Amino acid sequence: MALQGFSIETQDLTRVFRVKRREARGQSREIVALDRVTLTVRRGELFGVLGPNGAGKTTLIKILATLLSPTSGTARVLGIDVAQNPWEVRRRIGMVSGGESSGYGLLTVEENLWMFAQFYGIPGREARRRIRELLAIVGLADRARTKVYHLSSGMRQKMNFARGFLTEPEVLFLDEPTIGLDVGTARALRTYIREWLDEHPDRTILLTTHYMHEADELCDRVAIIDRGRVLACDAPAALKRGLQGEAVFRLTVDGEGDLGALLANAHGVVRFTAEARDGPTELSLILADEGALVPVLAALQGAGARLLSLEKREPTLEDVFLRLVGRALSEGEADAASR
Amino acid sequence: MTWKEARARVEEAGRSLWVAAWLGWQIESNWTDPFLFAVYSVVKPVAGALILVFMYVVVARGGLANPLFPYVFVGNAFYIYVGAVLMGVSWAVIDDREHYGTLKYLYVAPVSVPAYLLGRGAAQTGVATLSTGITLLVGVGILGIEIPPGGVHGALLAGALVLGLLSLAFLGLLLGGATLLTARHNYFLGQAVAGALYLLSGVVFPLDVLPPPLQALGKALPTTYWLEALRRALLGDGGNATLGALPTGTVLLILGLSTAGLAFASVLVFRLAEGLAHRRGLLDMQTMH
Repeated sequence: MALQGFSIETQDLTRVFRVKRREARGQSREIVALDRVTLTVRRGELFGVLGPNGAGKTTLIKILATLLSPTSGTARVLGIDVAQNPWEVRRRIGMVSGGESSGYGLLTVEENLWMFAQFYGIPGREARRRIRELLAIVGLADRARTKVYHLSSGMRQKMNFARGFLTEPEVLFLDEPTIGLDVGTARALRTYIREWLDEHPDRTILLTTHYMHEADELCDRVAIIDRGRVLACDAPAALKRGLQGEAVFRLTVDGEGDLGALLANAHGVVRFTAEARDGPTELSLILADEGALVPVLAALQGAGARLLSLEKREPTLEDVFLRLVGRALSEGEADAASR
Repeated sequence: MTWKEARARVEEAGRSLWVAAWLGWQIESNWTDPFLFAVYSVVKPVAGALILVFMYVVVARGGLANPLFPYVFVGNAFYIYVGAVLMGVSWAVIDDREHYGTLKYLYVAPVSVPAYLLGRGAAQTGVATLSTGITLLVGVGILGIEIPPGGVHGALLAGALVLGLLSLAFLGLLLGGATLLTARHNYFLGQAVAGALYLLSGVVFPLDVLPPPLQALGKALPTTYWLEALRRALLGDGGNATLGALPTGTVLLILGLSTAGLAFASVLVFRLAEGLAHRRGLLDMQTMH
């Protein structure tokens, strides 16, 4: 439950990167990573930012965590302007980036964490107590005295996760914290994130992810972001409720032909994705209503496609993204990579 | 800035310095087992000294009794600090950004990064002190360089050493600022600066043999006065005719003032570079292509 007051506020936050063009010397092109993002995150909230790779999630976290300055607009963390007074912000925040294996290889796990605790002035005994607790939570208790260069990348990621919580920051930024981790570990970390916030209701977590189930499971509210723009922001349930007038189906069909063109012109199809899976094609359809299904099936049959399975399902955040953007999250990644 | 804020910043700078010094020492001393580390720490400076002697005696055909030999030997012994301190401070930027991937976490924490970098250089300074000491012992014990303990000007030696090391550390910070903005290849910039100091500061030959423009450049460097003061403290004579007219107090004053100026300039440049890196998003860039 969120407490009074905002932990994070952004107003028209914009970040433009200028990238040198290899093909044309001296010239550069501009990439808009964040485009007039306006958000508020309440104290005590677990706020998710959901979007494909390249949507601007990490750029947003970097600005809020004082690693990057905005091109225009403002960002405040705990009421402090991150561009005007980064020093004060740094005393009160923490950050964990997933998918990387940072850490001093010649130090042990315990020493790496102890060192960061010292930067925050945490007394030695208290630091060691917290380190023991956190290592037990992330499943590294038996590796406390292991040098970091002996750890796998997943173990390093767990150590960094522990580092983020070690200083009990008022605002914690988690940038794709479970990316690349095995299913069991990711689940354990998600459970801890929720429990930590329940135990520290005055703290705030901003979490970015491109796993829609993670955002759905963890977050009090979610902002869906694509190409630097916030497309929607609400509780996951409320976002999904927005699709309740429509019908969501998953179909598997077998057959040749351009199903995309067929569905794009079919009556009643609001949005769709088509993904080939070793022969059969999986279709996700958002239809204006259930009644639109019959003509769609007829059109597919007319095009020579054979229906292998059909499932009507409850809307997910993936469907919300599809409805808002017109493509699936994974397609967004490919698109961002090509930009 | 309020008094409370200033105090908090000083405390954070102090913490950053000592934690970084501890980290630097762990990195410096833990790359191998203690025995090998001890052997390496002794063999490296001794080998360096013997190479110099070989070059001096065989290649340059100078005799060990020549008054130039102590000049060359002492200059070379203290030059060990130049590479160690310069690179110790500036290389930490690349090391933490690209190798350990921790620089961005330092920038998100209440860490004074300049103090942190100086701390990282402290460990290298410690190792360099050991090497310099061993080199000087070899010079005195084996090669017959006369540095009678009673004749050493202790206060001058200590003062010059501290000021010189500070000037090298701040020069390292200046390079660290440049490193924040550039790819890892900036390593070569550090080597180039160390090479220029070798040439222009009178490390192995007196400033007097340089052409006047290079002499002028040499006279603008704190390292020149540092080595001059160290030689006067150990050998009784700086060995540079061009600086011979300067009283020792003046040499030390110039060293102190130039160190202070360098400290001011390097912190300023580092902060500017930090701001630029912040604006361009370079604090966590990876250039290990």
